[in-house]
Amino acid sequence: MTTHAITVTVNGAQECLDVASNTTLLQMLREQLGLTGTKNGCEAGECGACTVLVNGEPVNSCMMLAVEADGQEVLTVEGLAPEGRLSPLQEAFVAHNAIQCGYCTPGMLITAHALLQGNPQPSEEEIKEALVGNLCRCTGYVRIIEAIEDVAQDGAAKGGQ
Amino acid sequence: MFARPGLPRFDYVQASTADEAVTLLQDYGPDARLLMGGTDLFPGLREGRFGARVLIDVKQLPGMRQLDHDDETGLTIGAAVTMNELARHPVVQARYPVLAQAAGTVASYQIRNRATIGGNLCNASPCADTAPATLVLEAEFLLYGLQGERAVTAGEFFRGPGQTALRPAEMMVGIRIPASPSRAAARYLKLGRCRSGDLSLVGVAVCGFGNGDGRHAFRIALGSVAPTPVRASEAEAHLASQPAGEAAFAGAAEKAMAASSPISDVRGTAEYQRAMVRTLTLRALRDVWAQLLA
Repeated sequence: MTTHAITVTVNGAQECLDVASNTTLLQMLREQLGLTGTKNGCEAGECGACTVLVNGEPVNSCMMLAVEADGQEVLTVEGLAPEGRLSPLQEAFVAHNAIQCGYCTPGMLITAHALLQGNPQPSEEEIKEALVGNLCRCTGYVRIIEAIEDVAQDGAAKGGQ
Repeated sequence: MFARPGLPRFDYVQASTADEAVTLLQDYGPDARLLMGGTDLFPGLREGRFGARVLIDVKQLPGMRQLDHDDETGLTIGAAVTMNELARHPVVQARYPVLAQAAGTVASYQIRNRATIGGNLCNASPCADTAPATLVLEAEFLLYGLQGERAVTAGEFFRGPGQTALRPAEMMVGIRIPASPSRAAARYLKLGRCRSGDLSLVGVAVCGFGNGDGRHAFRIALGSVAPTPVRASEAEAHLASQPAGEAAFAGAAEKAMAASSPISDVRGTAEYQRAMVRTLTLRALRDVWAQLLA
């Protein structure tokens, strides 16, 4: 099986890697870069635990090959908290207890982060629609939605952002 | 050390020309698969529904990610344009809303960032959401093979579940949709087991043209309720034969139901799906008519 030399920017840092043809972006992040924040869930594009941003857009990293990320920019949950400082969204998840077992949390955060980047003040409906591809099997959706609404309102109070 | 479920072994090749891609398809035969968004391909490989020795990535080929519109000639969509790109494209929203709506109902936001219209059409699932839209828009599919490019109408393309007019070593490179008349309206209604994110149990696409002056036309296509997406031609003829209105719509909805032949499965019974074809067709016709009169 062939391997491919790729250059990919992950959380702002350029990485040069050799990846096998069948290595998924998720495997590359977890196993080659040690970024285990991104989780492996269903491997079928249903659960969203593996969600990362590629060029700013959420995708399921279990459903994309590492070689396809050549030349692209990837953001994982680790990139939301550079130097260990939690983002306002992460703080809101903590404040609202929007975490039960925590397995869906990285994907939820990444999807919500992307939503807020494009739409800083989403309605409850828009939040629910954005999260269709992120399943929480503890069914803690209400608190997750409240946490995201909290950040959206905070942003509004500060005049956008 | 790490669990490594992952994907079976294959070689990845990024084709640099369409000719290289179809030559590889020819050389490897059933051992080769085209890679577009991978949202159907990867689950299929993981579940062992099919195998592949080589995946040929064709989404970077010239034109594949492009969307061109011209008021005279219509819309040309590269086969690798994604569902989200279609759903939020201003021209698609304004002039071909049935396609924007259908693309926006596919799976989740993450999937729609990867899933392509070419992949959705070529996998030829009876429940492919964009397929009924291409039928009512009377789209042509541009297929590229060793003999060059040919065009096949949407109506001729779908042959059965997973079966299309694609020949061996041929691939879809684009979709061409005729110019949209200025007075046009459309609605795609999709019924799933939940409001969002599911495969469709019934999909109904309706386009309407004209206004209240008596010259109007409707096109109706159904998804998920037959071995292929189908045009409800008798329902359309029924509507063409009389003034638009509640009576005509009710009759057309009955005829659309008669055009469906669903099977009972885990997502719903045939009886339920048939009844829902009638209900959704009626709702979509009312909605399109109200838009035309507005």
